[in-house]
Amino acid sequence: MIPDPVTEEVRRRQRGRAIVMALGLAGFVVLIYFITIAKMAAFGG
Amino acid sequence: MTATTLNAVTLPAEWRDILALTKPRVMSLVVFTGLCGLLVAPVQLPFALGFTAILCIALGAGAAGALNQYWEADLDALMKRTRDRPLPAGRMTRETALHFGVGLAVFSVLLMGVATNWLAAALLAASILFYVFVYTIWLKPRTPQNIVIGGAAGAFPPLIGWAAATGDVTALPLLLFALIFLWTPPHFWALALFVRMDYSNAGVPMLPVVAGLKATRRQIALYTLPMAACAVAPWALGLTGALYGMAAALLSAVFFILALRVLVNRATDPAGMKPEKQLFAFSIVYLFAIFGALVADAWLLR
Repeated sequence: MIPDPVTEEVRRRQRGRAIVMALGLAGFVVLIYFITIAKMAAFGG
Repeated sequence: MTATTLNAVTLPAEWRDILALTKPRVMSLVVFTGLCGLLVAPVQLPFALGFTAILCIALGAGAAGALNQYWEADLDALMKRTRDRPLPAGRMTRETALHFGVGLAVFSVLLMGVATNWLAAALLAASILFYVFVYTIWLKPRTPQNIVIGGAAGAFPPLIGWAAATGDVTALPLLLFALIFLWTPPHFWALALFVRMDYSNAGVPMLPVVAGLKATRRQIALYTLPMAACAVAPWALGLTGALYGMAAALLSAVFFILALRVLVNRATDPAGMKPEKQLFAFSIVYLFAIFGALVADAWLLR
């Protein structure tokens, strides 16, 4: 079966966006962790 | 089938195009001045909080850029300089840009409030709202003073950086705000002089289009004077050391000389506007250098 070029392109773009979103979310989780640690250290929480 | 042909059937936007919505090149100056505001503040934030504050300023600027492109998509399509942006080039729907811009704006303000304080968050929100509603929607299509008043939006970052660190606003960050505010007109008018046909074709009432080349060149020179005064004021008022004072005086003198060369230039064709192009290029160096000197001065005095 010949792959539909539109579907292929849609999949490629969705994959790219999903990877960027996953990296962003992972970065956000790490950031929140360090914000929490910094606030606890600064304000003696 | 090429990507362009595929875009005609409205594919999901590429992440690179979503990133381009945030105007990363404009963001660099915003981030730098915000970082300088944070670094010269008398209170040292923990690294994670300082990093988050700068990230929020960057995200807020990106959100404002995305909303600007959402609103100006039709206008951008008319100008050579902007017609390859994701929206006018048809690589993204306007709804995607709107949702991304609003989402990023809300996220950046909330994160700033949670990580630092709500004064910094309020200033960030004010800068985004000012850029989108006052500059982009209200002033830009209506008046040649668009850059003069709209410049306030780009002047917020050092104020936000300072507020993030200290929780208040004092004379020094206000002077830095005023410096960028007064720097913006000569910076943009120098650009507008050699791309004025673009603005004219798009119906944007930039000063060179409405008032002509001579009046614009005179305004550039005139604005340079209060800008230089504002640049030197932190040193004159004893808020910084001599290192900053000397750097500000020297850089402002060069800026003024370049502005005078623009003033005496009679060229009407962009090809003959070398002084204008030099002033535009130097104006970017000027802001980076003067804020760099401010940080160096503050850190050497500590």
